[in-house]
Formats: sequence, structure tokens, C-alpha cells
Amino acid sequence: MREITFLEAVAEAQVEEMRRDDTVIMMGQDLRASLYGGAGLVKLFGEDRIRDVPTSETACVGAAAGAAMTGLRPLLDMGMASFCFVAWDQFISQVAKARYVTGGRLSVPVTYRLALLFDQGVGVQHSDRSHPMYMQIPGLKIVLPTTPADAKALLKTAIRDDDPVIFIEDAYLWSLKGPVPADDDVTIPIGQAEVRRQGDDVTVVGIGRGVQFALSAAEELAGEGVSVEVIDPRTLAPLDWDTIFASVEKTGRLVVVDCATRTCSAASEIAATVGEERYDVLRSAIRRVTAPDVHAPFNAALERQLYPDPSKIAGAVRAAVTA
Amino acid sequence: MGVEQKARVGSPDGSPAVAPETLVEMWRRMLRIRRFDEEATRLLRLGKIHSVLHNTTGQEAEVVGCCMALDAGDLILGTHRDHGLPIARGGSLPALMAEVLGKATGVCKGKGGEMHLIDPDVGVIFGSAILGSGMPVAVGTALSSQMRCTGQVTLATFGDGASNEGAIHESMNLAAIWKLPIVFLCENNGYAVTVPASYAVSVPDIATRAAGYGMPAHIVDGGDPVAVYGTVRAAAEEARVGGGPRLVEVKTYRTVDHAENLPSQPYRSEDEVAGWRQRDPIPTFRARLVAEAVATDEQLDGVSAAVEAEIAEAVSFGLDSPDPPLESVWEDMYADPRLNRPPAGFGVQP
Repeated sequence: MREITFLEAVAEAQVEEMRRDDTVIMMGQDLRASLYGGAGLVKLFGEDRIRDVPTSETACVGAAAGAAMTGLRPLLDMGMASFCFVAWDQFISQVAKARYVTGGRLSVPVTYRLALLFDQGVGVQHSDRSHPMYMQIPGLKIVLPTTPADAKALLKTAIRDDDPVIFIEDAYLWSLKGPVPADDDVTIPIGQAEVRRQGDDVTVVGIGRGVQFALSAAEELAGEGVSVEVIDPRTLAPLDWDTIFASVEKTGRLVVVDCATRTCSAASEIAATVGEERYDVLRSAIRRVTAPDVHAPFNAALERQLYPDPSKIAGAVRAAVTA
Repeated sequence: MGVEQKARVGSPDGSPAVAPETLVEMWRRMLRIRRFDEEATRLLRLGKIHSVLHNTTGQEAEVVGCCMALDAGDLILGTHRDHGLPIARGGSLPALMAEVLGKATGVCKGKGGEMHLIDPDVGVIFGSAILGSGMPVAVGTALSSQMRCTGQVTLATFGDGASNEGAIHESMNLAAIWKLPIVFLCENNGYAVTVPASYAVSVPDIATRAAGYGMPAHIVDGGDPVAVYGTVRAAAEEARVGGGPRLVEVKTYRTVDHAENLPSQPYRSEDEVAGWRQRDPIPTFRARLVAEAVATDEQLDGVSAAVEAEIAEAVSFGLDSPDPPLESVWEDMYADPRLNRPPAGFGVQP
């Protein structure tokens, strides 16, 4: 099978969905100049459906939702995830609540693309890992794919979904190459995790690049006779608890890897829920490998030490099996 | 771009030519709003409504004027003070009263309530009780209408308080650069809860801010439903045919407090309120209809009696309606009903 990058896969999904459904429109800052991928869209679809927007995150997040309520399927490219804080009220008060507050009379089929750009030396205001914050907002679906094939399939699903989807890209993965079917119209249901590596001793749930790091750690640990199962949730809301529970029932041990700051991270939520629901099968304490509750400094070496990496994950796994 | 102080279409005296039956209908709808709010307030005091109420009292004329100015398919987005919009658009009073009572038969199944009295069936497509926050959504509904060539106009309402929100600025700019079919309707009632616009707004007329977006604006007397009707209708028609967004500032006043059940220290003089109560739009407009021989007192008494019957029916319907079943708390979260259930780790069944 051909191999393309994560970002190329995202671009393909955008083009294919816009061809498939003429109610799909794209909006974003610097779209026409393709700053964040998706070259040549204006040539293909025209400036009406490919809209550059002013730097007005609040207006654009809400406008995408309003257009979604009334017959369009907008895909709003937010660029960096940190820009979304400007529009936080729109996500919380409008996008997530519109269906519920109207007793189901409105649908909001809108997708927001946003990129986590941390560990890139871009400083304290551009390096937020905000995915767990969206998990605090009921009504949103949150997708965080880790392979090119999943990125393409899940973006297609997100655009076709009748609810608002936050499509989060770990920018570290943008250049990652992987097999992606050329022509097939593949979609993946939102809320379905994937077991990336089978193992018996410890379950490692990875978020974003944490999956890649967990796979590296698993390889290293295999040499030490420790068998690691790696799970990629792919979707943070709704979370595929069945797959996580089944794995923990098999291994009895859990390590969760999340690049977000620890307090109320995705790792914390997964750890707490497994602790409540599967306490009886646990053979050691659940461990979280996360960033500490510290900001991202500009100095790259200072910043890097904050984040999970394969050796930190391996350390947590060893602690889990020897406990 | 200047701000026009008068209605733009109409008869030589400046008021638009409106059919007599439409004028009577305006008064009927104003009365429906007033009586709805009064009865809801009575139910609140009886403990039948558990919340607060943001009544429209004093502002009915402008609400009816702008709602009737729009075409049947047009879209309206409201604020926290929103009871009047679906009523003025001809919504079902029983379903609206049931919603205010939090009942299963309400327009939003008891999940919206009095600050989210949304009824898409009559074009009140959405609204926001967070100030200014609904404005971006309104820009989106207008964008959709423009792109799908539906010919619809969006009416986005906001108040003097919301005029200071950043979302309003972004929304007006976005609507202006895309020439969207939208009318921004500023209901300037002089107070954001207790803070006077004369203190919190940097200019005497919010309409003057439209110039910053290259957007035409109009100021109209909110006590006169016909003037509001004419001004909004003209603005909507210009926006509908590609003229781009318009701002209409309605000068109005609520003669009740920001919300029932929300105690505050006095923030405006009794004389000021009494002065506005003397100009109460409902008796004022009734007197005008009679004076101009549009309707007789007998006719209007008949209208009034019919409204009373309607209100009584709405109240009984609301009170007799069941509360939503507890398990409905899970419903309407997502389109797929399979997702609308207690999450993992939620040990307590409703």
C-alpha cells in the first residue's frame, strides 16, 4: 500500500469530503496560502467554499456552528490549539450546548481542526496541550488520531457526524508516514479504540504521540521480558472504555501517557475511571506519565524534559510490574 | 455613514403604511407578551416556577415591531430577555408556558427554560443568555443563508450591555466583510442589569458604532411598533438583496427589574420608571388605534378577551403537563441515541 504523511492524509480527507458533499465548506486563517496543509483547495472548490477568515476566533467558531445549524457542514481550521482559548465561550456556551438546550431541535454538524504544537520551541503561549479541557465540555466529540490512515478516516467521519467534533492533531505526527488506502472511502467510527500492540503484563494507554513513545518503550521492554499492550483511544470523547477495561482485565496493570499537564489530564480521567470500575483486577497502582503542572519555557532543552518520552514510559512500566 | 433617525419607508408623516388588521395584530401580540410575562410572574411567586424571569415588560412594542417586520422563513436569535420573540412570531403559548415551567411539553422539553425560549418552528432558531455570545452564531446562520441562496435574513438581537462585548465587534466585522444578510438589532433599554448605558457605553447612540464596520445604521423609537416595523423591514429588505448587514438601535426601556427574583439595591429613580410607565406601549398603542379609527374599543376588548382565554389555556396546559422523566436528562446530548446514556463510572442511576 502507498505511504503518505499524516498531513497529506488530512488534506485528502478534506478534498474527498468536499467533493462528496457540497454543503461542506472550509474556513480558517491563512487557508488560501495553505499555511497548515491542504494545498490548492481554492483552485478546486473556489473562494466561496474555501474561506480565509479574519483573526476573529470568537466570531468564526460561533459562525461555523450557526452555519452548521442551518444546512452547512463547516470545517473550521483553527490552526494552533492555543488560539482557541480566545473563543472558549463559543465552544462551551454555544457549540456544545445547542442540541441539548433546544431539547434536540438543533443539530450542529461542525468540525474544528486544531493542532497541538508543543515541544517545538514556540514558547509559553503556543504550546498548550488543551485536549483534556475539551473533555470537560459535555456535548463535544473529541478525536485525536495518531496515524495517517486514522487521521484520514476519522476526519471523514467527523465531517459526516451530526454533532460538533474537535479534531485534534498532534503536530509532531504531521510528518509521520504510514500506509493509507488510495481510493477506498474508509471511515472509522468515533469512539473506537485500537490495540496497537498485544501484550500480557501491562496496559499502556497513549494519547497522541504518546502512542508512538509507548510502542518504542514496549519494544525495549520486550527485551527485558516485559510484555506491554499498547492502546490508542483515538477518540477522547466518547472514550472506548470497553477496550481499555478488557485490556486491564487481562494485564492487571495500567500506565497512561499524556503530554498534557497532569491535573485533570486525559490520563487522570482514564486512571480514575479504571480505578473505580476495575479496582478488583488491578495488581499494582495505576501510573500516569504526563507533563508536570509547569508552563512550556522557550528554551528547547528546558521544555523537552517536561514531556513523556519512551524512557519515562519504560520506567513507569517497570515500576508497575515490580510493585 | 450617517445614522438615520426615522423610519425609512412609509406614508408622508414618516410612519409606514401598514394595513389596519396588521396594526390590530401588533397590539394583540404585544398584549400576549405582557400577559404571558404577568402570568409567569404570578406562577413564579406561587413557587410553580423555580427559576428567575427576565420579563419583556415595557419593551413589547419593539419586539413585536421587529418580529412582524420579517418574512415567514427568516431567522431570529434572541438574548436572555427572550420571551417576546417566539410569542411575537406567533409561537404556541401553551408550549412556551410549559417550557418556562420546565415541563416535558415545553418547546425545548424543559431543557431550555425562560432564558432559552427557542422555537425554530417560528424562526426563533437560537439564542444566547451569555451576553453577545449568540452574535457569532447569528453570523453563521446568515452565512448559510447567503451560501445556500435561501433569501433568508437573520435578525440578531442584543442589548446595550452586550454592545460592549468583544464578540459583537468580531461578528459585525465578519458580517460586513462578507456582506451577509443580517440585521443587528440593538435593544437599548438603558441598563445592563443595574449599570446605566450612559455610564458603560462610550457613545450616546450605539448605532454610531456601525460606522466602524462600514455598516448603515438606524435609530428608532422602541415605544412605537409601527416605526420599529418600518425601520426593521427596510433594513431587512436591503440586507436580503445583498446590501450587507444593517444595525438598528431601538431606544426602549424595561419598566421591571432585570429579573424577577433577583433583588438589587435601587439603581434608578422612581420618577424615571414612573415616566416610562406613563408611556407604557400597550395602552398607548391601543389609544392610538382607537384615535386613528383603526379599531373600536369593542373590537379591542374582544381581542383582549381572546388573549385572556389563550393565556388561561396556556397556564392550565403548563401546570397540568408532566415534568420530564428523570432519564430524559441523558437525551439530546448527541444525535446518536446510543450515546445518550450514563457514562462509565457513573454509579448512581437516575
